[in-house]
Amino acid sequence: MQLQTEQLQSAAGFKFDNVKRNQLLADKGLKLSTAKKTGTTIVGLVFKDGVVLGADTRATSGPIVADKNCEKIHYLAPNMYCCGAGTAADTEFTTNMVSSQIALHSLDTGREARVVTAMTMLKQHLFRHQGYIGASLILGGYDVTGPHLFSIHPHGSTDKLPYLTDGSGSLAAMSMFESRWRPSMSREEAIELVKDAIEAGIFNDMGSGSNVDVCVITQGNVEYLRGYSRPNQRVEKEQSYTFARGTTEYYVPRAAPQPAEVASAMDTSA
Amino acid sequence: MNFAEMHQPEFAQAPATERHSHGRWEPYVDNGGTSLAIAGSDYVVVASDARQSNGYIINSRYSPKAFQLTNNVILATSGYAADAKRLVEVLEQNSQMYFHKHEKPMSTTATAQMLSNTLYGRRFFPYYVFPILAGLDTEGRGAVFAYDPVGNMERVVYRAFGSAAALVQPFLDSAVGFKNQRNADATRLLDREQALKIAIDAFTGAAERDIHTGDWLDIYIVDGNGVQHQKRELKHD
Repeated sequence: MQLQTEQLQSAAGFKFDNVKRNQLLADKGLKLSTAKKTGTTIVGLVFKDGVVLGADTRATSGPIVADKNCEKIHYLAPNMYCCGAGTAADTEFTTNMVSSQIALHSLDTGREARVVTAMTMLKQHLFRHQGYIGASLILGGYDVTGPHLFSIHPHGSTDKLPYLTDGSGSLAAMSMFESRWRPSMSREEAIELVKDAIEAGIFNDMGSGSNVDVCVITQGNVEYLRGYSRPNQRVEKEQSYTFARGTTEYYVPRAAPQPAEVASAMDTSA
Repeated sequence: MNFAEMHQPEFAQAPATERHSHGRWEPYVDNGGTSLAIAGSDYVVVASDARQSNGYIINSRYSPKAFQLTNNVILATSGYAADAKRLVEVLEQNSQMYFHKHEKPMSTTATAQMLSNTLYGRRFFPYYVFPILAGLDTEGRGAVFAYDPVGNMERVVYRAFGSAAALVQPFLDSAVGFKNQRNADATRLLDREQALKIAIDAFTGAAERDIHTGDWLDIYIVDGNGVQHQKRELKHD
């Protein structure tokens, strides 16, 4: 018994000591809170000189837009970036953790890390947690062996393909890729196609919206184009809604009445 | 090899499971969207976005949910678009019947009561619609009536219903109702231009934050001269 508790508390990373309690409460009908799952469009493709990643910038919680301009292309290493869809916290923490592991690995080996290394670390981490980490990723990078593009699913399976889409807008985006992608595209063509694929998601999937972020990774160079396309600028308001001074009701506490003669009331001289 | 025959059994089975995994028929769909109305001393402004959606999918970017029922009555809806369509058909038929029977158009207040009765008539299989009825009353003042799906009716000065109602109604409480403002007269009615601007701003704001509201905005202004309609663009993302 003692051993079991210690194991639970000393386990690195996640703690599972509330699992049994939460299951009991859920069985009794308690609605447990859920993590923020965002609708998203993320894409990646391989072109002549490298890979291009793309993402929209809308973060939702249910039907409400929580963030109109969030970043979904995460930094992994100087030669690698990773698009995240699914549970916002999981994509953020998973890519962060692998990013620092990759940094240490590079320091240890004295080499630039390979994309397969990051991919393997991500898939092993996700597989270990049996899909409970809701991170759906598109990993792109350029290493000593050339350009690479992977998709990693929450359960740990991976694909290596020349063009990929993911998130709730993946079908809209894939329709652009399926009709227009071809081998060894130029840099300009590739960026344009990625932009159009993300915009297809932005306009046709309500879980995606706002702007297009693009990241171009080539040999020894990364170009992170934040807000590459911004097709959804807010129009000017019809009028101003500032309130006149003194609009807000406020309470002025009356000063407490002072005792008339403190000295005589509290005479302690005798 | 006969390709069509080979694949037929798979096709026949595929769609059945996903949507109705419990095997029960679902009679209602929430098609999203937002509607509002603001009453003034001698006009009403009615506004509805025109996006019709289901889940993350947009069914239509211009599928109006505000309808001109009679010469001076507008019905703005939200909820289930198919039920709204049917409800409008029923109301149009009955107001036509009234017109021919009594040789005069139905008044706004009579139409309002008829809507309530029509909704309550489906008490145990309701029209899944949240109607806002707007027109001019017999004194020529702006009249807005708001309903729940089973016919509870209330005459109000302004109201927002639909997917962005939780965002728009508090804004109207402040901008139209002058709520919680020390130096403002909460009973004051807005002039027409102000009401129109507020209706537009309510929807540009709602389209920013509610994923189900957007694409196009239908605006109806009813006054002594009749009904004026305009269509404006909202964000399409």
